[in-house]
Amino acid sequence: MAKLTIEDLKKIKEKAKKSTSLRDGEATVKITVHMGTCGIAAGAREVMDALLEELTESGRDDIRVVNSGCAGMCSSEPNVTVEMMGQDPVIYQHMDRNKMRQVFKRHIMHGEVQTDFALARMP
Amino acid sequence: MSTYRTEIMLCGGTGCRASGSEEVKEALKAELERHGLNREIRVIETGCNGFCAQGPVAIVQPEGIFYEKLKAKDIPYLVEEHFLKGRPVKKFFHKDQASAETIPVMGDIPFYSRQQLIVLKNRGAIDPEQIDEYIAGDGYMGAGKALLEMTPEEIIEEVKKSGLRGRGGAGFPTGMKWDFAHKAAGDTKFVLCNADEGDPGAFMDRSVLEADPHAVLEGMIIAAKAVGARQGYIYCRAEYPLALRRLDIAISQAREYGLLGEDILGSGFDFDLEVYRGAGAFVCGEETALMHSIEGKRGMPRPRPPFPANQGLWKKPTVLNNVETYANVAQIITNGGDWYASIGTEGSKGTKVFALTGAVRNIGLVEVPMGTSLREIIFEVGGGIPKKRKFKAVQLGGPSGGCVPMSHIDTPVDYESIAKVGAIMGSGGMIVMDDRTCMVDMARFFMDFIQDESCGKCTPCREGTKRMLEILNKITSGQGEQGDIELLEELSDMIQDSALCGLGQTGPNPVLSTLQYFRDEYEAHVFEKRCPAKRCAELLDFVVDPERCKSCGLCFKNCPAGAIQWKKKEPAVIDKSKCIKCMSCIVNCPFDAID
Repeated sequence: MAKLTIEDLKKIKEKAKKSTSLRDGEATVKITVHMGTCGIAAGAREVMDALLEELTESGRDDIRVVNSGCAGMCSSEPNVTVEMMGQDPVIYQHMDRNKMRQVFKRHIMHGEVQTDFALARMP
Repeated sequence: MSTYRTEIMLCGGTGCRASGSEEVKEALKAELERHGLNREIRVIETGCNGFCAQGPVAIVQPEGIFYEKLKAKDIPYLVEEHFLKGRPVKKFFHKDQASAETIPVMGDIPFYSRQQLIVLKNRGAIDPEQIDEYIAGDGYMGAGKALLEMTPEEIIEEVKKSGLRGRGGAGFPTGMKWDFAHKAAGDTKFVLCNADEGDPGAFMDRSVLEADPHAVLEGMIIAAKAVGARQGYIYCRAEYPLALRRLDIAISQAREYGLLGEDILGSGFDFDLEVYRGAGAFVCGEETALMHSIEGKRGMPRPRPPFPANQGLWKKPTVLNNVETYANVAQIITNGGDWYASIGTEGSKGTKVFALTGAVRNIGLVEVPMGTSLREIIFEVGGGIPKKRKFKAVQLGGPSGGCVPMSHIDTPVDYESIAKVGAIMGSGGMIVMDDRTCMVDMARFFMDFIQDESCGKCTPCREGTKRMLEILNKITSGQGEQGDIELLEELSDMIQDSALCGLGQTGPNPVLSTLQYFRDEYEAHVFEKRCPAKRCAELLDFVVDPERCKSCGLCFKNCPAGAIQWKKKEPAVIDKSKCIKCMSCIVNCPFDAID
């Protein structure tokens, strides 16, 4: 490996910061994929996979993806809750791979809530 | 590159390994793979997190959920519940011992939230075997600034401004030490790191080396530039195999990046490091003995002057600093000496890392600003004394230190204030004692250690501590005589004045300190043949007091010799002919009913 200069060091720092960003607690978006037994049975796994693929492609390091248990609305699973800083949370229902990609590209990247899939805004 | 949504920061420090973190790691990896989660969740083995008594510990990011006391057999359930279904498992949350409430998020746990991390900034947060993760947190930026933008005089000035004092125990101003070595004549100079950490109960340096070895390397590079050295050695005790391994990996990764070697970062400055495995003796932590050890000789100290800054390793100007001292340096250069000086007290700047152990609820590694009171460290960060016992004293500074009783519990922790009450800050060992600790026995324990570790070169230490130990053994076995205590005092003064090195000079400290505050305990042992703390087996009768005995049967259940007769609802009776004086009954009796 070639000897580094200060510039190289800074580049490594930027790249490494992205992969360790989960630990420093700074995020602007949190996406929760509900994966209780009902969610998993209804296909939440596929939704999660699609979401993670979109996330990787976008290269963003300020988005957190967490899973959680059942929210109680089992009949509308798979459900996904999107919380963006400064906005009300939005619950999306009956999600699948395609809808997840759409929500990511339009809502998370461009701020347009996809009201067709949304349940309601949680107060 | 797939994106991970969750990272499990599993502690792989020596403490947690001893509790089984390796098995937990294997189980986690296997279960995550079994559920197909291993492309979105990764397990990172970090260095010591500091909460060693609760190990194995893991922190789940980004939620910051803290799990303690994990076992391999619990992992399948944990993975299914938390990582598959998203329900963190309460059973493994931290349980506050005082309030009995569970606290899921690490930032809310008092042990952690009350600490201020500078030296330990990266603990539990990075993989210490990946240099890139160190760089992510501004790693090697300090070295870059020092090598490319600063002169040696400027570096020394910054360190002087910071007020950093040696963290190995003596507290000598680091900037001043570097200045002496910088001004010393000669082209060959050395920078050494003391990672021998011989104090019983101390593990601050171990944790830094296991969790963040690059911090030490970077500090040494900066010191080398300040002083004009081209070669460095890290003297690390051989009893720390994990620290040695992490150091080797860190050094080879740094060399690969050209951060050690010739022309570092294109600055024209050359510096390289080697690790020297310790020779297995406490005295090798003494600076001149350490240097003799590196030179291949038996670790024995020599008189000073000449001081190492002028004539040290192979008679060349040498700077020797402790692991913790170096771990502060890079941040002082990046953030400025004034930033460091804004923390702490007038005479003692910055933070200090303590290894808090003994009769305290939250046993582990604690970093707090200088000036924090002992009370806060022991009762708020440490969670107070368990088992409803009372605080008696806290031992600071290991075998060179002294004890501080309740009457001085509000003493702020800084070099001057601690010295005023008869103890020393030391390297950071902090052993809390409750009312079941015998202070005479404690002094005897440290004197035994000193005698064992005395190199034998000078008579005061070799012969003097031997006689002191003899007297202490006499006293704790019920054979103390009139005059013994005075003889201990006389010997102590003489050894302090005439021993060749710090080991001997400070060896009598625990005795003097316990005599200062607990003379009555010594007198009870000598004149009444009684041990007030009920710890010295020879001074105990091993008789159950039927009035105090509540017939709980715990003594009976714990006696390894079958010497106790007990029936339900009747007081226990000890058969002296079978009793081996192992103390199990006394230690386990919740009603203090055995004398």
